[in-house]
Amino acid sequence: MSHPLIASAIAGGARLLAGPTVRWIAPKATSRQRIYFANHTSHLDFVVLWSVLPPELRRLTRPVAAKDYWQSGLKRQIAVNVFRAVLVDRGGKSSDSSNGAPGQLESARRAMEVIVRALGRRHSLIIFPEGTRGDGDRVAAFKSGIYYLWCKRPDVEFVPVYLSNLNRILPKGEFLPVPVISRVVFGPPLQLEQRESKDSFLTKAHAALDALGHE
Amino acid sequence: MNFKVDHQMLWIAVGVFGGLSLASLTGFVLSRTVKSDGGKATMANMNARTRSWWIMVAIFALSFMLGTGGSMFLFGFISLLALREYVSLISPVPADHRTLFWSFFVFTPVQYLFWYAGWYGLAVILIPVYAFLFVPTRLTLAHETAGFLDRAARIHWGLMVCIYCISYAPALLTLQIPGYEKQDAKLLLFLVMVAQLSDVFQYVWGKVLGRHKIAPTISPNKTWEGFVGGVASACAVGTALYWMTPFTRLEALGMSFAITIMGFAGGLTMSAIKRDRGVKDFGATIEGHGGILDRMDSICFSAPLFFHLTRWLFVSPHPKFFH
Repeated sequence: MSHPLIASAIAGGARLLAGPTVRWIAPKATSRQRIYFANHTSHLDFVVLWSVLPPELRRLTRPVAAKDYWQSGLKRQIAVNVFRAVLVDRGGKSSDSSNGAPGQLESARRAMEVIVRALGRRHSLIIFPEGTRGDGDRVAAFKSGIYYLWCKRPDVEFVPVYLSNLNRILPKGEFLPVPVISRVVFGPPLQLEQRESKDSFLTKAHAALDALGHE
Repeated sequence: MNFKVDHQMLWIAVGVFGGLSLASLTGFVLSRTVKSDGGKATMANMNARTRSWWIMVAIFALSFMLGTGGSMFLFGFISLLALREYVSLISPVPADHRTLFWSFFVFTPVQYLFWYAGWYGLAVILIPVYAFLFVPTRLTLAHETAGFLDRAARIHWGLMVCIYCISYAPALLTLQIPGYEKQDAKLLLFLVMVAQLSDVFQYVWGKVLGRHKIAPTISPNKTWEGFVGGVASACAVGTALYWMTPFTRLEALGMSFAITIMGFAGGLTMSAIKRDRGVKDFGATIEGHGGILDRMDSICFSAPLFFHLTRWLFVSPHPKFFH
């Protein structure tokens, strides 16, 4: 069995569990590279988001995931070979580099390099700028990684994606899933100035994602 | 194997294919001729419904060809999808999680396995008795007392409607009716056709003639004109289809009446739940129709009564019920 087939099977299973209803406010078809940034409440988030993309976009879209979680044998195999996940060091990515120790700063810089290289000239990425899973009630403050990504690649579209109900399929601490219908909303791409300060960028991005939760 | 291609089955296939073709053609012509915006929207919805009907009929036909097992599998899958929609509406708390897991992945397969194995006695009591006792017991293990009675009742209600009631439809395939051996598939078809045609006719009559609302607070689209016209039309079709059943014309009329009245009750009940939860449809799985439960509501309520009526009156020797 080839990897795209396994990927489709996993995506199909995720769609059965999560029965996502999808709403596109952003144009569905695009030739532009995109960063899909979503709220994070469940281990299923990126698989479901990925599974509802149109197949031609799905082939070019890679998730950015924390290396420590996907470190172990089979999980790593699936992440790297099936989804071509971009694995980065969470310690580096999540720390605010302004007050981080020099080691953290260094690893954050390395993580950014890996991400920018993965983006290349063809691919799109799925990222979770909260850095860790939340409770599903509110979108937590963003880590600054998404801002530095925009600084390196301002030509890429930043599309907010709001995921609802996925935490109910697999609540924290549970290992057996229950099927629940979820909702995926692709919001309009961020409208940004030529120059945005870090705070202004993060505020805009967070507000755009948060607003989708009330759509 | 219950599936046998006899000449009756062929006539049914021709009838369904012809009816759907006619609906597609009418929809195409009407969508070209209507001018008003409201009319256009209605036609777009009607055509989406017809398209979905083609797909549903194809899936149904395929599962039929796989025999009793195929039909059990299909309806078991429908039950899971229906329960998924239901659970999404009742806002369970994390403490309900494991009880729900049992509902989906233990009670559902076991219910259908009991029917498949022909264990009538177990199939009719599994959920009303044993799931009824199991659900609250399992909930206590989660150590959460807030809303306990509500949560237990909601979960059990979902099991009854989505699993137990729907499972009566393929259970028709297990009836041994003298003189009607190996033909049960047509009985299931009869139920599905009468129940679904009743919905379609009520929708069409309501759109064309509907003036007086039956229950405006529950379902603004249900009118007396639609109800009477729909039930009468579906009963007429059901009576005309008596040759595919073990019934006489009169019996087929009575059965059709029972199916359509129960179907209406199911539609109304499920609408009340949707209003209670503040949604219009249970989901968006089937284009133009809404969710699986929006399409199955009439079957949920009519299948158990149709099954028991048929069993009591046509399967001999008569069970002790009458003695």
